[in-house]
Amino acid sequence: MKAHERITSAIRGAAAGGEPALVAYLTAGFPQRADFAAHLEAIAGAADVVEIGVPFTDPMADGVTIQRASLAALAQGVTLKWILAEVARLEDLRTPLLLMSYLNPLLAFGVSELAESAARAGISGFIVPDLPLDESHELQAALAAEGIALVQMVTPVTEPQRLAALCAGSQGFVYAVTMTGTTGRNVAVPDEVIAYLERVRASSPLPVCAGFGIRSRAQVERLRGHVDGVVVGSALVEVLERGEDPARWLRELRGR
Amino acid sequence: MSVAALPETQGLLEALIAGQLPDARGRFGPFGGRYVPETLIPPLERLARGVREHLHAREFQAELAAQLTSWVGRPTALTHAARLSGRWGAQLWLKREDLAHTGAHKINNAIGQALLARRLGARRIVAETGAGQHGVASAAACARLGLPCTVYMGAVDMERQAPNVGRMRLLGATVVPVTSGDRTLRAAIDEALRDWVSDPLGTYYLLGSVVGPHPYPYLVRELQAVIGREARAQMLAATGRLPDAVIACVGGGSNSIGAFHAFLADGAVEIIGVEAGGRSPKLGDNAATVAYGRPGVLHGTYSMLLQDADGQVQETHSVSAGLDYPGVGPEHALLAAIGRVRYETASDAESLAGVRALSEYEGILPAIESAHALAAAERWARAHPGGTVLVCLSGRGDKDMPTLQQTLLAAPAS
Repeated sequence: MKAHERITSAIRGAAAGGEPALVAYLTAGFPQRADFAAHLEAIAGAADVVEIGVPFTDPMADGVTIQRASLAALAQGVTLKWILAEVARLEDLRTPLLLMSYLNPLLAFGVSELAESAARAGISGFIVPDLPLDESHELQAALAAEGIALVQMVTPVTEPQRLAALCAGSQGFVYAVTMTGTTGRNVAVPDEVIAYLERVRASSPLPVCAGFGIRSRAQVERLRGHVDGVVVGSALVEVLERGEDPARWLRELRGR
Repeated sequence: MSVAALPETQGLLEALIAGQLPDARGRFGPFGGRYVPETLIPPLERLARGVREHLHAREFQAELAAQLTSWVGRPTALTHAARLSGRWGAQLWLKREDLAHTGAHKINNAIGQALLARRLGARRIVAETGAGQHGVASAAACARLGLPCTVYMGAVDMERQAPNVGRMRLLGATVVPVTSGDRTLRAAIDEALRDWVSDPLGTYYLLGSVVGPHPYPYLVRELQAVIGREARAQMLAATGRLPDAVIACVGGGSNSIGAFHAFLADGAVEIIGVEAGGRSPKLGDNAATVAYGRPGVLHGTYSMLLQDADGQVQETHSVSAGLDYPGVGPEHALLAAIGRVRYETASDAESLAGVRALSEYEGILPAIESAHALAAAERWARAHPGGTVLVCLSGRGDKDMPTLQQTLLAAPAS
């Protein structure tokens, strides 16, 4: 099975029982660099897919929580090289891993080397929030050579024609931003968001995961049946920041 | 990037002169483009359509021309700096953007984009500001057109440009202090983008320089190109010939692109952009992006960038808030790569000396930003006795009084 298919299959498998799959995000090296491997293992044990955030100085699609986490990780010397080395050391992680990174750290690493290094570390996919489909050809081609996914995002303001192109161009899953805005704000899930998610699902051959602003069991219940998975980011980062058990929090989110 | 890295140098310059750049993807050769979250694609597409439809249409141009004449005070004067010419050994001419309404070239762009925003049905305007000049210009343009305006400004800049904060508030704008990141222009742009992402279709982002995602570098250049068009005609009228050199300061690069554009086809005219050399050439001690940066992506555009080996954007230093930015417009990156514009640096100290010289010899207190260009002009003049040099005096220095109190006025007079 190719790496990107592992993501799709993990989400479909988890969602088969009716509950949305759980895609969990952590900023690598936050709050403490020394705890990264332990946090990653704990989260991978409780989630279906893990997104590892590569810190960047100017995370323009993220809210204050992830911005703060990114700067704190950078202050501890966290780099993409270090993350890949740490991840490569962890064996037997059956949960597919994605890297979520802004484009510039990837360009600095070198797009041609990136795919191979990521594959060696066992990374199954990438999310690059400031790389629109129109500019993504080079990275997408490099990653595809290793079977690695480049996940595309869609938003409530995306026009129908573009929505179709994004869904067709994505691998792994389609990341449906549930609100316009940056990450981390709590949001009640209104009817039009449900309608939007249904629209995305109708366009997408891949599973659809909803993200941005998801932090409560009530929201997950509301989304059940309308999405294949939910992405939790800022709320989980805050759990780690408070020193609480991420696995337990994720289980509560699943209603277990 | 060296000239050799771009084999089609002549072709790219010709395309730029012919108005073919940016291309349909927003590229200036390899630079530019649109690197933004998906949420911003619809408003950027809408803006690009609006620019295509209105910017060069007769009706919009007439509306803009009327505002530029009756409200901004254009054309701005061309001044012969007779006493400094005598001291420096070459004829120094100043394009007086400091005389434009609100005290800097920023108003050319602000009123143009505010007119466009109104046409596109925007409910509110957000803007970022470094030195405060773009914030003041945006606040003024929004007041003029009756649009609500929110300006994001780094906390560090609010302190060193305090007079401009009060001006913005008097002009009816909401000024939001930015305490995240480096608390200067770059963090303010991050925050303005976040605001825009929250309401992409109702909010218009009035970006202040030739940076950011397509179509901003193009839109802002077109609105600032009036500087060079006027200056070129004024130089011909005043001296009967073109200057030997044109010099302007470069932060994001809007006054310089505006000044340079009309001269790109004049092969005999040397064009020099002056970046903030700060305290030293060391990373973090300056804001000289073309001089010391490498290509990368920040704030939606692929251009030169002050960054470390891991692609993290570096904090910058300059005595002038308006130049204190780790990126530069993609068109400058191209002009540097093809060698049409030479980029130099002027240090904090050289620029402050430029403030003193222009104040004492010509009775003009320039912005510290603009004084970077004066420092380079002095170097050029001393190396080219008898030559003629045109400097874009991008803004006035009143806003810099807090900084000048701590520097020039704190030191014993020479």
